[in-house]
Amino acid sequence: MAAQVIIIHPRDNVAIALRDLKRGEELLLPDGRLLKILADIAYSHKVSLENIPTGVAVIKYGEIIGEAKEPIRKGEWVHKHNLDIGDKKMQP
Amino acid sequence: METFLGYERPDGSTGIRNYVAVIPSVACANGVVAAIARAVPQVVPLYHAHGCGRGVEAMMHSNVLANLGKHPNVAAVLVVGLGCEVIKAENLALAIGASKKPLEYFNIQEVGGTRKSTARGIGIVRRMLADAALLERRRFPMDRIIMGLQCGGSDAFSGVTANPSVGLVSDWLVDQGGTVILTEDTEMIGTSHILERRACNPDVAGKIAKMIVDAEQLTHDLLGPLAPFVISPGNMDGGMTSIREKSLGCIVKAGSRPINEVIGYGEIPTRKGVILLDGPGYDMESMTGVAAAGSQLMIFTTGRGNPIGYPIVPVLKVASTSPMYEQMADDMDINAGVILDGAPMQEVGQRITDMVKRVLDGEQTKAEMNQQEGIVCIYTLHPAF
Repeated sequence: MAAQVIIIHPRDNVAIALRDLKRGEELLLPDGRLLKILADIAYSHKVSLENIPTGVAVIKYGEIIGEAKEPIRKGEWVHKHNLDIGDKKMQP
Repeated sequence: METFLGYERPDGSTGIRNYVAVIPSVACANGVVAAIARAVPQVVPLYHAHGCGRGVEAMMHSNVLANLGKHPNVAAVLVVGLGCEVIKAENLALAIGASKKPLEYFNIQEVGGTRKSTARGIGIVRRMLADAALLERRRFPMDRIIMGLQCGGSDAFSGVTANPSVGLVSDWLVDQGGTVILTEDTEMIGTSHILERRACNPDVAGKIAKMIVDAEQLTHDLLGPLAPFVISPGNMDGGMTSIREKSLGCIVKAGSRPINEVIGYGEIPTRKGVILLDGPGYDMESMTGVAAAGSQLMIFTTGRGNPIGYPIVPVLKVASTSPMYEQMADDMDINAGVILDGAPMQEVGQRITDMVKRVLDGEQTKAEMNQQEGIVCIYTLHPAF
């Protein structure tokens, strides 16, 4: 069966959607965990694998890509609305 | 340590191909070089647009052309000059001569024009080809290999499938004692602290920081208010939240081993392991920097599908998705898109490593089969005068 999401690095707390994900569906992650999807998430976007409190690092490629602007629940879409990337200079 | 089948050069370097190159010292000599290449299609012409009309960049361009001549995949070189240019054929030949490989040069103005120059060039390269054909491949340890990394026509999955798979190949080569070159400064913006952490010492860390600060400043100087669009709205729609996230997907090509040196455009590494090359993101000019640094082969990851190769360096193409791989199957060597269908990344990394080893031993890449040599594009920062 085709993978639904991909986790690039074992330390990551977000995964990448490999197809459009629908709110309410449950995915079986490659490591056996279950992930309930809390929002419609587009192909190639990020989905949270854990509950991430405000100010806590969001990790992809095993590296910090920003901090949660607000509490991010497991299964939520992660993007500019809830991810603070810090550097405003290079932000469109 | 693993081995490959290569050609040993007089300076101790090792090629994986055995080309006779014809290098114009100035763009005005391209016509004669083309005439020689039409008559003797086995030679590799290194057409370019420079050699004169430049101030501070003349030295950099001269170094690039000399290093392409010294390149280990090149068995012998003919330099064709015009006679009145800034980068003199004689000086270029002198620089290439440090490699002690068979080498000749002449100036079109002294020989007496196009036809006489073409005839002389044909005679020279025929002798060079006959001599080069006598060289035989022998086994050499993998630590003699420099592998250049390039990504072009990226898509949302370049940083998810193709680039992390190539990162495994980079780790393999570095563990074999070899060298990988990561470049494209603009695609490192936002990751300075991560790359600095990987530096082998504080001096290298400082050079990494400066290189990336300069790249970001240059991006702002050149693009002004459009600078943030180095991460484009299309990238954002594709799920990238920041330039750092995009850059992480680029630098992952170089794997995870320590960074041992930062070199400039037109320079050759003096150390092994992971090397950062200060060069532009524009693929065609970036590839020249990587080739001039002595890379015997390049891995080029692509999402949208770029068919380009390089005149003296085999370029191995890794596709990021299956639909593009199928759409451009004639140009793609490996499909990393199978990761999206559930294939383990380790398996794809191994597949690329196996192909790298075959290419080192002589197997042609798709870009070689398609004769996707293109021209030598060289980085410039100032207008010509």
